[in-house]
Amino acid sequence: MQFAFTEEQVLIRDTAREFFNEHATSAKVRAALAAPGGYDRDLWSELLAMGWAGIAVAEAHGGSGLGWVELCLLQAEQGRRLVPSPFFTTTALAAPLLARLGTLAQQAEWLPALVAGGKQFACAVTGATGHPGAAGITAELVAQPDGSYRLSGAADFVIHADSADTLLAVARAPGSVGAQGLSVVVVAADAVGITRTPHVMLDLTRPMCRVEFAAVKVHAPSVLGTPEAAAAELETVLQLARVALAAECLGGAEHMLEMTTDYAKQRVQFGRAIGSFQAVKHRLADMMVAVEAAKSAAWYAACAATESPADLPEAAAIAKSNCADAFFNCAANGIQLHGGIGYTWDHDAHLYFKRARATGTLLGTSAWQREQLAQLMGLGNSASPPAY
Amino acid sequence: MKLGFTEAQEAFRRDCAAWLDTQLSGPFRDIRGVMGQMAMLERRMEWEQALGRERFSAIGWPEAFGGRAATLAEQVIFAEEYARAGAPGRVGHMGIELAGPTILTFGTAEQKARFLLPIARGEEFWCQGYSEPNAGSDLANVRTRAALVETPDGPKWQVNGQKIWTSLATFAHWSFVVCRTEEGTKGHKGLSYLLVPTRQTGVTIRPIRQMNGEAEFNETFFSDALTDATHIVGAPGEGWKVAMGTLAFERGVSTLAQQMSFRNELDRLVAAAKANGAAADPTLRLRLAEAYSGLRIMRYSALRMLSNADGGELSGAAYTYKIHWATWRKKLGELVMDVLGPAGEIAAGAPYHWDELQGVFFSSRSDTIYGGTNQIQRNLIAERALGLPKEPRGA
Repeated sequence: MQFAFTEEQVLIRDTAREFFNEHATSAKVRAALAAPGGYDRDLWSELLAMGWAGIAVAEAHGGSGLGWVELCLLQAEQGRRLVPSPFFTTTALAAPLLARLGTLAQQAEWLPALVAGGKQFACAVTGATGHPGAAGITAELVAQPDGSYRLSGAADFVIHADSADTLLAVARAPGSVGAQGLSVVVVAADAVGITRTPHVMLDLTRPMCRVEFAAVKVHAPSVLGTPEAAAAELETVLQLARVALAAECLGGAEHMLEMTTDYAKQRVQFGRAIGSFQAVKHRLADMMVAVEAAKSAAWYAACAATESPADLPEAAAIAKSNCADAFFNCAANGIQLHGGIGYTWDHDAHLYFKRARATGTLLGTSAWQREQLAQLMGLGNSASPPAY
Repeated sequence: MKLGFTEAQEAFRRDCAAWLDTQLSGPFRDIRGVMGQMAMLERRMEWEQALGRERFSAIGWPEAFGGRAATLAEQVIFAEEYARAGAPGRVGHMGIELAGPTILTFGTAEQKARFLLPIARGEEFWCQGYSEPNAGSDLANVRTRAALVETPDGPKWQVNGQKIWTSLATFAHWSFVVCRTEEGTKGHKGLSYLLVPTRQTGVTIRPIRQMNGEAEFNETFFSDALTDATHIVGAPGEGWKVAMGTLAFERGVSTLAQQMSFRNELDRLVAAAKANGAAADPTLRLRLAEAYSGLRIMRYSALRMLSNADGGELSGAAYTYKIHWATWRKKLGELVMDVLGPAGEIAAGAPYHWDELQGVFFSSRSDTIYGGTNQIQRNLIAERALGLPKEPRGA
C-alpha cells in the first residue's frame, strides 16, 4: 500500500504541466475555441505524436500500456488549462469501448488507428435526452435478413462529433428496455443517413452535437463483440470515463483556487491585500478543503480503476460527484472573489465556471452519482430517483 | 500508486482478525461495539490491557516500549480489522496517540523508559492539559505556571493554575500540561511541557456537564501540584514546539481508528433509515450517500497522509483533515435527527439520556470547536497552506 505517485507518474505530470503551460495559454485556448471543431488541431497532433492518445491502450495495439492513474494525470493537467481537445473522448470513452467490447480482430483494426490518429472517434453513449444510464439509450439497431443491421434514432450530447470521422454508437434491440439488448456499433461519421447538428453549448470548451441516424447501414463485423450484450462493459466504461472527468474537474478546481489565491494576495482595497480579510481568507480555505477532498477521491478512483475493479463503481461515483462539486465551488467562488473583473468575458473565470457546470451534468449529475451510491449502500429503491 | 497489500501483510491481517474475533466473542463480548467516551469504562480499561499484552495497543512503537515496530501498512491493516471486528472505542488514546508519540519524539531516554511501557500496556492513562478559561483558540495565552522548588524528595516543578475541557481526567493517572515556566513571558515564549501526576492532593478535578447531559470533560485545578524536575519534555521554554508536535500526531494513524467509530455511527443511521422508511426518501438517501462519500474520502485522505503522498512536512490533506471530519460529523448529527424524525426527540431514558445515534447530534457540536475551531482551521489553512497575509494581532 502506497497511496502516492511513483517517480514515473510525477514525471508524466510534470512533463504534461510544462507542455500545457507553454502550448495551452489562455490566448491559444481562446483562439482554439473559435477554430473549426472548437479545438487546436496542431496541439492535438502533438499529443498524438507524443503517444498520449494511447496512454492506457495495450502495447500490442500501439499504446503505452499504462493505467488509469497516468491517463488521469494527463486529464488533470488539461483540466487546469481547459485544453479543448478530443483527448477525453478518444482515451476515456472510445479506447476502453473498443478494448473491452471488441473482439481481438476488431481491437487490432481500430485501436492502432485511434492511437496514431488515423481515425478520430466520437462516442454516442448517452441517448437522446442526456440520461446518463443504459435506460436512456433510445437509438435502435434492427437486424436485417442479410445479417447486417440498420441503425435508427438519435443520440445527443455527443462530444466532438462534428470533427470525428468515426462514431461509436450505443443502440438497443427493438422492444428492449433498461440494460437489455444493448450493442455498440462502429459507423463512419459521414455514412448515409447520419446527420450531425452542432449545438451552441453553455461550455465553450467542449463542443457537442446531436446525432441522428436514419436507417444507417451497419455491417455485422462493425458490431463490437457479441450483439445485444454490451451493458455490463458499457457501464464499466462509463465509470472509467467518470473517473477521467473527475480528474479533469480536479485540475480545473486547483487552477481556480491558485488563480484566486494569487489575486487575493495582490489586489489591495482599504489599504490591505484583500486576502488578509477573514471574509476572503475563509472562503479560500473552504475552497482548499473541497480541493483536497476531491484530490483524495479522484486519485483513489483512478487507482481503483486499474487495481481494484470491484471498488470502481463506488469510487467512480464518489470521485465524479465530489470533483465536479469542488470544481463548481471553486469556479463560482473564484468569480465572486475576483469581483467585477471576474464577471467579464475577457477574464478566463467564466470559461472555468461554465466547464464546471457542464461537466457536473456530463455522464450524470452529482445527485445521480449519489443515487448510484445509495443503491450500492443497500438503501433500496428511491421514491423519486434523479432523472440526470 | 498502489492500494493492495502483500501476501505477508494479508497473513498479518488474518492473524489480527482471528485474535480480535476470539477476544470479542469471548472474554470481551460485553463491550463489542461500545463507543463514546464514558460507557463501560472499567471494562474498556481491561480491554486496553488485553491489547497491551498482545502488543496490539501501540503496534507502531518499538518493541522495547511495548509495540511491534509495525510498518505503516500493518498499522493500517490493524486499524481496519479493529473496525471490522466492532472492537470498542479506545479509551487509552490520549496516551497512545498523544503523550506516547510526544515522548517518543522529544523525550529523554529516561522518560521513554519510565512512561512508554505503562501506556502501551494500558496500566497508566493520560489526559491533556492544554486549554484554559482564557486560552482557548489562543492557546499560547496560558497562565498556568510552574516553578522549580526544592523539596525533601529533591527538586520538583510546582504547578499552579487551571485547565479546562480535560477529557477523561477522572480516571487518568497523568496529564501533559503546557504551562509558563518563565515569569513575565507572553505568547509562545517561556512555556514548558510538563508531565504531571493527576492523583495527588494538589490536583482537583471537577466534571463539567455538557449539553448532552453527560460529563465527559472536566476542569482541572493545580494548587501547588508537584512533579519531578526531570518530568519536562524538551528544554524549559520549548513547550510550544513540543505541544505543536503533539497536535501533529493527531493526524497520524489515529485518524483511521477515529474513522471506525464514524463508520459505526453511519451504519447505525443507515439501519435506522431502512427500518423507518427514510431510506426511500429522495432527499434523505442522497444525504446518506453524501455522508458515505465523505467518510470514504476521509479514509483516502488518511492513506494519503500516511503515505506522505505530498512530500514535505504537512500536506494539503493534513491541513484540511480536521475541518473535513468535524464538519462531516456535524452534518451527520443533523442528518440523524432528520432521519429519525419525531421519534428522535424522545430521550432514551431519564434523567436526560440519549442513545449513541442521537448522541451524535449533540457531541458533533463540539467537534468543530475542540482541537482548533473551524474558524481557526480556516485561518491556518489560509495563512500556512495558501500563504495569505497573517491576521493582525492585538498588542
